[in-house]
Amino acid sequence: MMFWILQTLNGVSFGMLLFLLASGLSLIYGLMRILNLAHGSFYLLGGYIGLALLKSTGSFVAAALGASLAVALLGVVVERTLLRRLHLREMPQVLFTFGLLLVISDFSILQWGGAPETVPKPELFSRSVQLGSFVYPSYRLFIIGFGFAVAAVLWWLQERTRIGAMVRAGVDNEEIARALGINVSLLFTIVFGFGAFLAALGGIMGGPIVGVYPGADFEVLLLGFVVVIIGGLGSLRGALIGGLAVGLLDNFGKVFFPEFALFTIFAPMVLILALRPTGLFGRA
Amino acid sequence: MPLKLAAWAAGIAAILALPLVLGPYYLGLATKMIIYALFAMSLDLLIGFTGMASLGQAAYFGLAAYTAGLLALRLGWNVWAALPGALLVSVLAALAFGLLATRTRGSYFLMITLALSQLVWGIAFGWRSLTGGSDGLPAVPRPDLMPFVSLESDSAFYYFVLLIVALATFILFRLVASPFGYALRGIRESETRMLALGYNVRRYRLLVFVISGLFAALAGVLYVYFNRFVSPDYLHVERSAEVLLMVILGGAGTLIGPAIGAVVIVALEDVASAYTERWLMIIGVVYMLVALLAPDGLTGLFKRLRRGRTGA
Repeated sequence: MMFWILQTLNGVSFGMLLFLLASGLSLIYGLMRILNLAHGSFYLLGGYIGLALLKSTGSFVAAALGASLAVALLGVVVERTLLRRLHLREMPQVLFTFGLLLVISDFSILQWGGAPETVPKPELFSRSVQLGSFVYPSYRLFIIGFGFAVAAVLWWLQERTRIGAMVRAGVDNEEIARALGINVSLLFTIVFGFGAFLAALGGIMGGPIVGVYPGADFEVLLLGFVVVIIGGLGSLRGALIGGLAVGLLDNFGKVFFPEFALFTIFAPMVLILALRPTGLFGRA
Repeated sequence: MPLKLAAWAAGIAAILALPLVLGPYYLGLATKMIIYALFAMSLDLLIGFTGMASLGQAAYFGLAAYTAGLLALRLGWNVWAALPGALLVSVLAALAFGLLATRTRGSYFLMITLALSQLVWGIAFGWRSLTGGSDGLPAVPRPDLMPFVSLESDSAFYYFVLLIVALATFILFRLVASPFGYALRGIRESETRMLALGYNVRRYRLLVFVISGLFAALAGVLYVYFNRFVSPDYLHVERSAEVLLMVILGGAGTLIGPAIGAVVIVALEDVASAYTERWLMIIGVVYMLVALLAPDGLTGLFKRLRRGRTGA
């Protein structure tokens, strides 16, 4: 029993990191129709920049905020100056974002070296807590709570605010939204920057659990893809449920079938794809 | 017309004469270019002609390379058994993956092809006893075509590759000029219209996926003989992206364009990796520049230039 609770908590906390990544991936696709292959690179940069800031400031909150804002700024600049020239042209977008992935991954090795780094936990959550008869790292519990909080904020932003309504309008029909006087071009920049912010936040928050290392960019991108394939592109609910599902599958897969961990993620993905080719909550 | 004919003849003569003038290193580079040209053309069938953007083409390339290597090393099969065996394994994989992937379109198709190819990569990486893990399979021999006819020498191997790729290219050109090829273009332009015309679009999409995998597999077998070595890198998404870059750079939907793209990218990587360790960054910048400046590829660029000159 104990084992199941612990492993479930592990899976859910990792799933929350995937949710942070996949929600941006999904939002960006929903509004802009861009499959951002550099999304994992935003995650990686968030981890590395956050670690550097943590070393210089000593504050986890400052590091997380600073790194996420820096990466968001990078996203805004890339979107505003370059990516928007490729609007609705799928192949060039794939090439461009893959090129960005290569550049960021090589730059990271140049800048931070090839050795894996671990990020120290924030002071407040550095200990384990007593849950009934067993102990569990409080940081993972914090991640779970934080993930649900972010999900709630995202839901509120999307359903209850003016900008959320504008994004929904843009997702439904970009041309009509433009005709109604919504500044869709500005929305693109905001959403792309916000998606980069969330990915980077995932990178630094995940640092104490999974570390920061070369190749993490691609690993999480692949998991993010599985999340949105299961949940459906463009759906926040899909990103949350898909993220939790992949987090749990990944965790239990590694526990029970360490050699075939990939299969425990891929087999359900294949099944869902066969039944619903656009994911659980996705639209064609 | 005679001028064009003469240019073709000169070009073919030059390609045939390469082993006489090039040293072993550059002859190897030329061989690599020809193999990659075939690889790129195989992907063009999907992307350029049918509008199916795959980011997992390396799966069939690498799977065939591994199979050919294993059949030669472990079972001692000769090339006439190993080559069809390797192609068959890739075709079966393409059929299985294609059944899943062709249910989806656009970005979902791209993600699912990528994910499935990474699955194959994961197997090659993890199944150490069979594949040697990250070390790969060393010392894959170049085959004997028949007793006493060896491909060990670089120039003999060059001509072997040239012959096979020339045959494959001929078949590919016939294929895209056939009714089947025009049906593919129809699917690219409008699936619903093709459905209304009574075409079984699903079957066409699956079939072209498998055919494309077959030609990628052929390139993979040639490449393992060329390199005498196969590692999980053969299957990695970076290779799928590389060949995608070749297709786009050269100009999708033209066959000849992706072949030119392959030549350009192989040359560029050779130069870049010789002068700097940060060549991945340089290649990354090339990806971005091609997307921004030549999204229709070099053939598109030429067309635009020519039209500009005559139209103005």
